[in-house]
Amino acid sequence: MRLALHMAVASSRVKAECIETTEFPELAQQYRVMAVPKIVINDRVQFEGALPEKEFLNAVLRAVNGQEAAG
Amino acid sequence: MSILSQRDAEAVTKEFERLAGPVTLTVFASELGGETNPQTVALVKEVVALSDKLSLQEFNPYIDRDQAEVYGVEVTPAIVVEGARDYGIRFLGIPAGYEFSNLIDSIIVASTGEPALGVETRNALEGLTEDVTIKVFTTPT
Repeated sequence: MRLALHMAVASSRVKAECIETTEFPELAQQYRVMAVPKIVINDRVQFEGALPEKEFLNAVLRAVNGQEAAG
Repeated sequence: MSILSQRDAEAVTKEFERLAGPVTLTVFASELGGETNPQTVALVKEVVALSDKLSLQEFNPYIDRDQAEVYGVEVTPAIVVEGARDYGIRFLGIPAGYEFSNLIDSIIVASTGEPALGVETRNALEGLTEDVTIKVFTTPT
């Protein structure tokens, strides 16, 4: 969650929603949440568990235009 | 009875020494929602009371429909964390347990406007040409 929050502050393009799964079971079902944390980016890219910053960024870039950071 | 223990309140007060600019916490809650609605309002009020840089707005999305639309809030309870601008930070459901520390962290970064991210990440985010919504599903533990 921390990376998503900081990315939201870094870019006016990015929004971060923290969703408490047990309170919104219909959302959890819609997004097939089986384990937490589960991250869903633009409803296109999803993964479970924490990722290092670079890999998280790559997931964001994949979600928007299929690009990945170099290196 | 307080939601925050005295120890938690003291720890958060110390964290809030890092606050720079003002932050507004906007809570959407409804009597029609579950018990976490009043709990979330109470929690946010306690947090806001810990620093004079923080302020609170409270809305019912079913009554204050204009505000709900402005903030894009459709469910309750929901918290919007705003600093110099609306950064698009939303907490849906009560931020208890580990998520509480994320709420505090989001308040601090919204206040300073200085995300703890590497240069490469910041540059890549500046280059985004499309809007990005990151949903993070969590549990209260």
